[in-house]
Amino acid sequence: MLVVEKNALSEEIESYVNKYGNDRSALLMILHEIQKKHRHISEFAQQEVARLLNIHPVEVFSVISFFAFLNSNPKGRNLVRICQTISCDMKGKSGLVKAIERELGIEMGGTTKDNKFTVEYANCLGLCDMGPAMAINDQVFLQLTPEKAVELLGKVK
Amino acid sequence: METIKKKRTGPVIFSEYKRGDAITKALSMTREDILFELKDSKLKGRGGAGFPTSTKWMLTAAAKSNEKFLVCNADEGEPGTFKDRVLLMEYPELVFDGMVVGGYTIGAQKGIVYLRGEYEYLLKPLEDYLEVMRKDNLLGKNILGKKDFSFEIEVFLGSGAYVCGEETALIESLEGHRGEPRNRPPYPINTGYLGRPTSVNNVETLAAVSHIVMKGGSWFAKFGTDKSSGSKLFSVSGDCEKPGVYELPWGIKISELLEIVGAKNTKAVQIGGASGHCVPKSQFNRTMAYEDVATGGSVMVFNESRDMLHVLKNFMEFFVDESCGQCTPCRMGNVKLLEGVEMIEKGEYTFAHINKLKDLGRTMQLASKCGLGQSSPNPFISILDNFKDEIFNAANGGRNGK
Repeated sequence: MLVVEKNALSEEIESYVNKYGNDRSALLMILHEIQKKHRHISEFAQQEVARLLNIHPVEVFSVISFFAFLNSNPKGRNLVRICQTISCDMKGKSGLVKAIERELGIEMGGTTKDNKFTVEYANCLGLCDMGPAMAINDQVFLQLTPEKAVELLGKVK
Repeated sequence: METIKKKRTGPVIFSEYKRGDAITKALSMTREDILFELKDSKLKGRGGAGFPTSTKWMLTAAAKSNEKFLVCNADEGEPGTFKDRVLLMEYPELVFDGMVVGGYTIGAQKGIVYLRGEYEYLLKPLEDYLEVMRKDNLLGKNILGKKDFSFEIEVFLGSGAYVCGEETALIESLEGHRGEPRNRPPYPINTGYLGRPTSVNNVETLAAVSHIVMKGGSWFAKFGTDKSSGSKLFSVSGDCEKPGVYELPWGIKISELLEIVGAKNTKAVQIGGASGHCVPKSQFNRTMAYEDVATGGSVMVFNESRDMLHVLKNFMEFFVDESCGQCTPCRMGNVKLLEGVEMIEKGEYTFAHINKLKDLGRTMQLASKCGLGQSSPNPFISILDNFKDEIFNAANGGRNGK
């Protein structure tokens, strides 16, 4: 990581701390912002958060490792989540999965070579009445067919 | 996500309500009067556990502290549940007015909505809505001119952990820790968020409070049965013509509900989500109520074509994924139960082993620290018992002979 990048990241994290406060209870919201922007929370970012909140870096890591939506390893620029819980499963989740795996040439959990997509399973997205459901970043799409799902991925920049 | 507001009708929650009404009325009442109305209504927590709301608020109100919190639990992670999404999207006035009433009743200064990470798209509309409430003085300092009553609401975003729906895990996560449940007691009503008295209530409970304040506790208690008053939002999904959220009075028969949602050739209904019970066809005359089949509202319908072992495997995979790993019965037990399901799938099991796993399940129900591990063996036990003919005893020796 370049020094300039480090400085920029530090500044960014400081702005989140100013927004949410430097109390430990602000930790999850701060991590959420970093995750949203960078798609992962790097070791350096973890150390910066720990320094500003005055806690040990391993505490920050332990929280990241707990939550499914936070990760310390880099992922693709766009995160695709397919609901795997039973209602969506019955409505044809595996069809979506196969089509997307074929189209992107990766398996579930993988990232495309151009780093554009990471595809994962998610537990119940709470859209059981309109399954199968898929989320691309923070947007959700409902009642998908394999064809429609692939078409949606094509529209992502 | 489309945000078309469907016209919904129902006896209680989906009945007529105007924004701010409950706050205006509640502020003209004393705290005790509100608690008495709630007691008359016999309202029980709608998250699934069914703790009486009046008792929870009375205890929180009685706790001595200069700082108290009201948390709205919108971390609905139970598979097959989506009523809170509908309430927050289409009826935020009911939920937020209920929160302000709650804050006034228990003497809290701050309300927190714990919104699950999967519902991130609701964050912006909810925050916009809160901003409008602030402008109309339904939030903030001296609400509607009532001296000494100030209340703020903020939305906190979760990060994809089912266990955070458990109230102490939710509080841990709010405080910036791993979302692992705490030992209880002490209960949140006196030692909650930041060690202060905290009342954690389900979204639907708070929505019901707004109606109870307006129309009275005895009006609410007219609906439903003796022990389960009022109505319930059921999230219906699976093999039926009209999946969605339905408001129905407690005490409705499973067969009646199936008729309403247009379910045909139904083999089984999973009630209460993955951690609930699987009810076979022979028991469809049972009623949904705290005294019979209790539920947080999830109803998943399976027709004749579904493989119940596949359903069970899906549930056990879910629990293995979502166990927080803090206590051994849940961390290890769920993995063992899933292994058992895979053995049955491959036909490499003995009945002696399956019976031992059922015993293990009963141990988990007793020994796990929180509701996750206490209820995760439910589908394992209920599906293997209720569908043993399909799974073990079919022609050629069931799956064993395949």
